[in-house]
Amino acid sequence: MITYPFKYKRAKSVAEAEALLKGAPEAKLLAGGQTLIAAMKMRLASPSDLVDISGLKELSYIREANGAIAIGAATTHFEVATSPIVTRSIPALAHLASIIGDPAVRHKGTLGGSVANNDPAADYPAAVLGLGATIKTNKRSIAADNFFTGMFATALGTEEIITEVSFPIPEKASYMKFPNPASRYAMAGVFVARTKSGVRLAVTGAGPCVFRVPAMEAALAKGFTPDAIAGIAIASAGLNSDIHGSAEYRAHLVGVMAKRAVAEAA
Amino acid sequence: MAVVSMTVNGKPVSAEAEDRTLLVYFLREQLRLTGTHIGCDTSQCGACVVHVDGKAVKSCSVFAVQVAGAQVTTIEGLAKDGKLHPVQEAFRDNHGLQCGFCTPGMIMTAVDMIRRKPQLDRETIRHELEGNICRCTGYHNIVSSIEDAAKRMSGAAS
Repeated sequence: MITYPFKYKRAKSVAEAEALLKGAPEAKLLAGGQTLIAAMKMRLASPSDLVDISGLKELSYIREANGAIAIGAATTHFEVATSPIVTRSIPALAHLASIIGDPAVRHKGTLGGSVANNDPAADYPAAVLGLGATIKTNKRSIAADNFFTGMFATALGTEEIITEVSFPIPEKASYMKFPNPASRYAMAGVFVARTKSGVRLAVTGAGPCVFRVPAMEAALAKGFTPDAIAGIAIASAGLNSDIHGSAEYRAHLVGVMAKRAVAEAA
Repeated sequence: MAVVSMTVNGKPVSAEAEDRTLLVYFLREQLRLTGTHIGCDTSQCGACVVHVDGKAVKSCSVFAVQVAGAQVTTIEGLAKDGKLHPVQEAFRDNHGLQCGFCTPGMIMTAVDMIRRKPQLDRETIRHELEGNICRCTGYHNIVSSIEDAAKRMSGAAS
């Protein structure tokens, strides 16, 4: 399959990428391209220009400081999955990165690309929201709770480039995903984290956008056990319904994945 | 059209390509390296796996211009001096192919897998093959081939 024509531009820095975006309102950033290029081949996307930021060293790093792990936006899933720092401090995040797509996809796909794209079934948004991470851009810092605004929608403005995501290190965390058997995308994925300031639980794959479950968070704050949330039903209204599963099925899956995630973390 | 240059199987190459030319088409049509196959063309089947700077990627999901300046290895680049790569040998000895269409991608994935994880058990191999589909469903012998290859290569290294 062939995409619509576009102009390819390789940025040498974040500043240059920003300048290139300014001159082209229909331009898109290209990082790993593992979602964007597929969408372009299906002719669902037709950017006028692709500004390639995948090779930028200033966006590729993993650092631990002040109780958080800061990961550069162009860091690949493979690098996160195999990072000694992430594996030691937030093993649930390394695990999440290790089950995105397949090995070849993980060699290309990036954290920033996944978060900016906000696919309803992507894995990373669950960790970003579940850990209460901070998304840093070339212009500002955005709290996870204010970042994901809807299906494929985020708080990012035009010419805004994600440069880093900073994940606070939790006391305990776990990610459980029920993958679609063919595509490996999440039918329902639950990221649960217990931190000093409370419990957070985020769900991906089940709805049009990643979301938290306050009722489960409150119950888990009182007792961090699977039994604590066994009686909490997820409403199916508004959840995804397609050939892979009904909204009711996904609502049920969220409960099952949440209990498994808590059991593993606890 | 611009000229795109990269190193493929150890040799510097340059050819004209549109910005939208995918790496797999660049390899097959511009360089006539038709060992890299197009299966699903949607990043699912893995028939198009090649190595870019030593890492397995799906060449149907990368533009040629993105890898300008990079080192690319295709299935044609594995055998050295007329001698098959140990993974190729293992696929032959274990009947690791039936129709053979998925084989280039399976072998390129296997070489990358063994590089990252020299100690492989069958379950790990099956997980690692998540991005490669064999339409003959001949997975059993593919897994055996990779297991055998990993053993041979660790033996050679020690």
